Amino acid sequence: MLNVGSIEQGFVLDHIKAGKAMTIYHDLRLDQLDCCVAMIMNARSSKMGRKDIIKVECPVDQLDLNIVGFIDPNITINVIEHGEIVEKKALGLPKEIRNVIKCKNPRCITSIEQGLDQVFILTDPEHAVYRCKYCEEKYHGHRRD
Amino acid sequence: MHRQLKNLRHVMSPLDLSVEELDHIMELAADMEKNPGKYAHVCDGMKLATLFYEPSTRTRLSFETAMLNMGGNVIGFHSGNTSSATKGESVADTIRVVSCFADICAMRHPKEGAPMVAASKSSIPVINAGDGGHQHPTQTLADLMTIRQTKGRLSNMTVGICGDLKFGRTVHSLISALVRYPGIRFVLISPEELKLPSYVKEEHLDPNHIEYKEVIRLEDALPDLDILYMTRVQKERFFNEDDYIRMKDFYILNEEKMKLAPKDMYVLHPLPRVNEISVDVDDDPRAAYFKQVYWGMYMRMALMFTLLELEVK
Repeated sequence: MLNVGSIEQGFVLDHIKAGKAMTIYHDLRLDQLDCCVAMIMNARSSKMGRKDIIKVECPVDQLDLNIVGFIDPNITINVIEHGEIVEKKALGLPKEIRNVIKCKNPRCITSIEQGLDQVFILTDPEHAVYRCKYCEEKYHGHRRD
Repeated sequence: MHRQLKNLRHVMSPLDLSVEELDHIMELAADMEKNPGKYAHVCDGMKLATLFYEPSTRTRLSFETAMLNMGGNVIGFHSGNTSSATKGESVADTIRVVSCFADICAMRHPKEGAPMVAASKSSIPVINAGDGGHQHPTQTLADLMTIRQTKGRLSNMTVGICGDLKFGRTVHSLISALVRYPGIRFVLISPEELKLPSYVKEEHLDPNHIEYKEVIRLEDALPDLDILYMTRVQKERFFNEDDYIRMKDFYILNEEKMKLAPKDMYVLHPLPRVNEISVDVDDDPRAAYFKQVYWGMYMRMALMFTLLELEVK
């Protein structure tokens, strides 16, 4: 078993579907953070068989993790301070999703306008319905890979 | 330098205006029609930019006439081919440029949401003059005003909507605006293939407990209606020409069918009409579709007057 040391301050994203850590790394824009990130892929899991884990060493207010609730609500997030788990973050659906999913409506302005963010707004939290900010095209549920 | 506004507002959908604001705009439009001289110079020295990325006759001329009637001027382009869009200029850049010249802008674009992109970068009010199959708020203002002027009210009535209820943006906008008034009932008249999408029912009809029924034959609905809103089966909304040809003649209103309708049932249509309303209906006093064009212009005057925060001296 490969050993990755514990972190002093930051987050541990656990129970990521095996093989998806890299996608989440990009969705959370961890490549743009000036901090230490460890990715463990294909780790053994009694619950999932195989899973991925991401450890991020950074101040706890530096990362917006709301998007994880949309990507996969089964992921668990542990908040670490002074080397200890201080919080297990409950994941809800974010009110707004930016540049994670693309509008599939071929008539939407996002299909041609350069430099325009893909923005989806949560319009029906009960049924997990998002709509494109521009054309109101519906996106239902969590992200489908 | 354009007019400095206390509160920069854009109109993307009819729901951007509250019922109270709509009432005020309708009052204003009625006053503008009655007293044109009072408003003939309120926009002296101001410019409207009509940015039309796709062709339109009524909407563009209506906006332009509205501004000319208030003493202002008009600049703009009439198709995407004659603008910098052909060189690849983004909507965001175009509106930043136009904001340097004009005081207010009306934008039509084939892509849905384009006016919203413009609004987010604009320093002048942007009015959505139609974005693909999405929204066309000033058409809805014209529709509401025509209903109010012909029936004397916007509440307690049965509104029949006939034709293309699936792709018709004017239909969806009108429904969303009318459900805010008490006692509105709908009769939705369409072929199976062009029925009102379930999301419109789920978002506007069901939560507001609006009574509605869906029927296939126009004749069955006519005797119970206060308003009949006819729509064109639009060729440009179809991906397949065979489907269009098969459907376009489904519902035709003629003199014969008008005999089934009450004497005070008015017929509206967003125009252009192809053949869904026979020309023999045009002389019927209940034909209100050209009045819609008439009132549409006054509503655009009143809307621009409001967004520009103008006052009559």
